[in-house]
Amino acid sequence: MALPRSFKRALWVFHVATGSCNGCDIEIVAALTPRYDVERFGIMLTGTPRHADVLLITGPVTKPMLPRLKRIYEQTPDPKAVIVVGGCGSTSGVFYESYNVVGPIDEVIPVDVYVPGCPSRPEAIIDGVVKAVAKLETLEKSGVGG
Amino acid sequence: MNNDSINLKVGQCAATTYSVPVGPVHPALKEPIRFTFNLDGERIVGVDIKPGFAHRGIEYMGMRRNLIQALYLSERICGICSISHPLAFTQAVENAAGIEVPPRAQYIRTIIGELERVHSHLLWAGVGAHELGFDTLLHLTWNVREKSMDLLEELTGNRVDYAIPIFSGVRRDVPAEKAHLAYEALDYYKGLLQQMIDAFLHDKSVEMRTRNVGALSYDLAVDLCAVGPTARASGVKKDVRQDMPYLAYADMEVKAITPEDFGTEPHGDVYDNIIVRLLEVKQSIEIIEFCLENLPSGELMSIPKVPALLATLKKASGEGLGRHEAPRGEVIHYVRLEEGIEEPAVWKVKAPTYSNLMAWVPKFLGDEIADVPIIAASIDPCMCCMDRVHMVDTVGNETTRMKEELVRLSREKTRRICG
Ligand code: SF4
Repeated sequence: MALPRSFKRALWVFHVATGSCNGCDIEIVAALTPRYDVERFGIMLTGTPRHADVLLITGPVTKPMLPRLKRIYEQTPDPKAVIVVGGCGSTSGVFYESYNVVGPIDEVIPVDVYVPGCPSRPEAIIDGVVKAVAKLETLEKSGVGG
Repeated sequence: MNNDSINLKVGQCAATTYSVPVGPVHPALKEPIRFTFNLDGERIVGVDIKPGFAHRGIEYMGMRRNLIQALYLSERICGICSISHPLAFTQAVENAAGIEVPPRAQYIRTIIGELERVHSHLLWAGVGAHELGFDTLLHLTWNVREKSMDLLEELTGNRVDYAIPIFSGVRRDVPAEKAHLAYEALDYYKGLLQQMIDAFLHDKSVEMRTRNVGALSYDLAVDLCAVGPTARASGVKKDVRQDMPYLAYADMEVKAITPEDFGTEPHGDVYDNIIVRLLEVKQSIEIIEFCLENLPSGELMSIPKVPALLATLKKASGEGLGRHEAPRGEVIHYVRLEEGIEEPAVWKVKAPTYSNLMAWVPKFLGDEIADVPIIAASIDPCMCCMDRVHMVDTVGNETTRMKEELVRLSREKTRRICG
């Protein structure tokens, strides 16, 4: 995948925990704070999916979060990219055979980037966001979401 | 405040009040929970708390896996307390099966457990600062926290989810050649402690936003069975490490830290919560130092071969209880083993946030809506630990916006009172 030479804009990210253990969620915050500091690239968390370019999702989908996740996906304007952070969101990971777990994220909404690790390291999360940038720029070129 | 004034029911309020839903999506705390506040003007007169969004059915899954698989699952109950749960779980199983843990392993478990407290308390302090609108302090604190993450990675191979305890011992040594890294990190924190205390406790605006906010009286803390720093901030001297010493804590004297150790009367407010957690960072550093200096020699596991370990566990039968003072308070694991099966017959977990949930109600009542974010953060809630069996409410765009609005209100209040 060819990386863009520069970011055309600041990326706004909305973070959703659909049943994660908090491990990946804290690593996401670590990526935002000074050691990794993704804000220097204009990547920042936003409080609502309606302002987001990227959905950053952690955790397997629990039954109660299933309709919420779908709704949040629908609320995010096009063009958008979906990143799953962590093993349990990518494959269900350790959370299998439970009465309250529906499964990995991609059984519910389309996913563009999978970030491995349990939990994912902050470096891996940043790498995932960079891949999402490339995807967003392709979408924009093809005119999705105007 | 008596218990009668605690209004838990939505819709029972006088016509002058209105209700405000908050959550379950909460950008700052990263975890879903839902509050419904009843307000009279700016004052909170009632609150309904609805947890359960992160419930994954861990106990159910664990009772369908062999004990070693369940141990890895216990680590993923919570990614912040990722050694606290395994520490309590291994103790419960070892009690049930009558397995001895070599002294060196006990010390190593203690070292990693205390390092977890350091990173967890710093994490909390940063989140608290963010809720008040002091993002500079958030970034400072999280930058400082990285040192403990580096050390954890050096010692265990991972930043989170260390996979250190295993039944009958630990999986990795703290070798002598790595001790200097630990000492270096400890010195780093010792040098910074006064700076942290100045930044948080001697800052006029932090004090104005947290003094007498979210107060919990001594009596209510006792009545509601609060645990950990939440109880200690109210002056309740309880700490599993002091009351029922286990692991290396039995060889040293751990004293429950209350605001009195800072020379102030306990109020149980957010300010006192900061005092307790910052002083506990110092305490943890001293404990780690003690453990490094007195690290016994010897083996790491009393049953080093995994097949033999599994066979021993399969033969065992009985009940066991494991307790650990996690960063947020006492965590309890109960297991019952039955001969002939590899899975735990019963596994029950009680996480500290579960005990502290009720303390939220009196903490909120009477305070302002702008104080909601910092009071919610003050017990250092951890939903993924606590969500056992619960139901869920809707997440709409409106509720999400509401939370942003709250953070804005909270920040405006800081600006207002600081002139
Ligand atoms: S991938 Fe692992 S660390 Fe991350 S949320 Fe899932 S269980 Fe937790």
